[in-house]
Amino acid sequence: MNTTVSKQTVNQTLIELQGVTKVYGTGRAAMHALRRIDLSIDQGEFVAVMGPSGSGKSTCMNILGCLDTPTVGAYLFEGVDVGRLSRDQRAVLRRNYLGFVFQGYNLLNRTSALENVELPLIYRGVPATERRERAEQALEAVGLKGWESHTPGELSGGQQQRVAIARAIVTNPKVLLADEPTGNLDSARSCEIMELLTRLNQERRITIVMVTHEHDMAAYATRVIRFLDGAIHSEKQNGGTSE
Amino acid sequence: MIWETILLALRQIRRNVMRSSLTILGIVIGVSAVITMVTLGGGATAKVTSDIAKLGTNLLSVRPGQGFRGPGGTRSTEDMFEVGDAEAIAREISGLSAVAPMASQTTQAIYQNENWSTTVTGSTNAYLEVRNWQLENGRQFTGGELRAGKAVCILGATVRNELFGGLDPLSATIRLEKLACQVIGVLESKGESSFGTDQDNFVLIPLRTLQRRIAGNTDVSAIYVSAQDGVSTEKVEKDIERLMRERRHISIGDDNDFHVRDMQELVSTMTGTTRVLTGLLGAVAAVSLLVGGIGIMNIMLVSVTERTREIGIRLAIGALERDVLMQFLVEAVVLSSFGGLVGIALGVAAAGVGARFLGVPFVLNPSIIVIAFAFSAAVGVIFGYFPARQAGRLDPIEALRHE
Repeated sequence: MNTTVSKQTVNQTLIELQGVTKVYGTGRAAMHALRRIDLSIDQGEFVAVMGPSGSGKSTCMNILGCLDTPTVGAYLFEGVDVGRLSRDQRAVLRRNYLGFVFQGYNLLNRTSALENVELPLIYRGVPATERRERAEQALEAVGLKGWESHTPGELSGGQQQRVAIARAIVTNPKVLLADEPTGNLDSARSCEIMELLTRLNQERRITIVMVTHEHDMAAYATRVIRFLDGAIHSEKQNGGTSE
Repeated sequence: MIWETILLALRQIRRNVMRSSLTILGIVIGVSAVITMVTLGGGATAKVTSDIAKLGTNLLSVRPGQGFRGPGGTRSTEDMFEVGDAEAIAREISGLSAVAPMASQTTQAIYQNENWSTTVTGSTNAYLEVRNWQLENGRQFTGGELRAGKAVCILGATVRNELFGGLDPLSATIRLEKLACQVIGVLESKGESSFGTDQDNFVLIPLRTLQRRIAGNTDVSAIYVSAQDGVSTEKVEKDIERLMRERRHISIGDDNDFHVRDMQELVSTMTGTTRVLTGLLGAVAAVSLLVGGIGIMNIMLVSVTERTREIGIRLAIGALERDVLMQFLVEAVVLSSFGGLVGIALGVAAAGVGARFLGVPFVLNPSIIVIAFAFSAAVGVIFGYFPARQAGRLDPIEALRHE
């Protein structure tokens, strides 16, 4: 598409969606989950994605997370067209640059917090001692020092989400993709998680893209994007302008 | 990395001890059955070989007729040999250590009140040599006794036991039909042959004595020939065949009316038979290995479905398709190899007990253990691959949504 734009902005633009359309099914059964989305996210941003169910925000997150590819259009991650990468290449991209936090935590049951956090490092081939050290540091960063040997079943929801965040940041990712990270938590725990994310965003300069339903949570972000019917309905810079 | 994967697999197996043990049961049974069968078969083969070696090594037998005939064979109408044939063989064929013409007849042996049905064999001292008989007591025939056809006999262990019990039979006189016969020696026992017949149940007398006083003819029903060590029995066999064709005036192109049999042939026939049987039993046992493999595949498929969410998490945080594939494949292989190890232990134990029970030597073949283990691991690879590939190919989005 517009090559001059991507060249000029390659230094600060981390993520760029260009006319991304995602269609599920074919023919009359075809369902347009996304319609010609243009979006760019800069390094260090904290973006909240909002919108009703079925508005396409989850599909968008899957594409941003390199779990899915656009039907039409391009997704550039640091200038690399993800749509052209193979399944394994996308897995490598995920393991090196992306961290995931899910609504349901998605930790491995019957596996200690420390081992859960170590998991992405195993796939990166980090040696055992360094792995342990880094996992301990990550758990400390999310305020779970002393809980290393507990399994998810022995932790509260907020603690489990912290373990999940530790697992996401242990690889020092560029982007943290959070899909309703506070969806299962009460408001006090939610605020704690949001403060943790804000701190990671500010101190470690981790770019965060977060899907949420709650305005309170979206308020922590620097920019709020609203989806409606597979398209971006509105964008608002927190404390800034609206389009 | 592979070590991590093995540890992970072990942990996963330990979490489902009950299911894992049931899963490997098929492999355990298969491997132990194969090991038991093959080991017992090996023992049986060893026993047959050693039994036949007791008959005498390098032994050839020359008999009238065309070889293997049914039990109702037409022996009587065939031309028997004569003592002269044996003498000709001894004289004209080189590389022989002994030549023993023999004839035999079923008869009653009687001593005082004891009466025993046995076989009386007429031959020379060479018979003892070719058939590997050792004297336990007494002496062999003298040259004079053989030439004159004296009424002397050497007893097999069974006959001695039946007629004399614990008494000393030497110098006693027994009756063979109407012939009163002095016992001059007793043979060591050889026990049962591999055919199940009692080898010790016979009485040996000079050939001439049998021909004149019992059979009433000059027939020789078989000639046993033993070759010297290092002489090819095949060559001896050919030489004898040529000589006998000549002596029996068989024209070129006509079939032999006698046959020469090599004990080596018998050994290979017998061991061949047990080997085939062992192979068949082993093959039947191997089928259960196959069934065990299917059991593993089944459980691995269930496991993949159960752990779909876990697979999704792993794929999302950066596991490659082959990382997940390896994880499940290693799990299957660890399971089946463990089953193999248990099966080997059980199989060796069962073979040990079975060997004692059947009275065959316990011959453990290390290569079968290695093969059984390799096979069980291979079963894991083959039957684990399909479920593992399925796991690796899962769509992470779908897998994460899976409850």
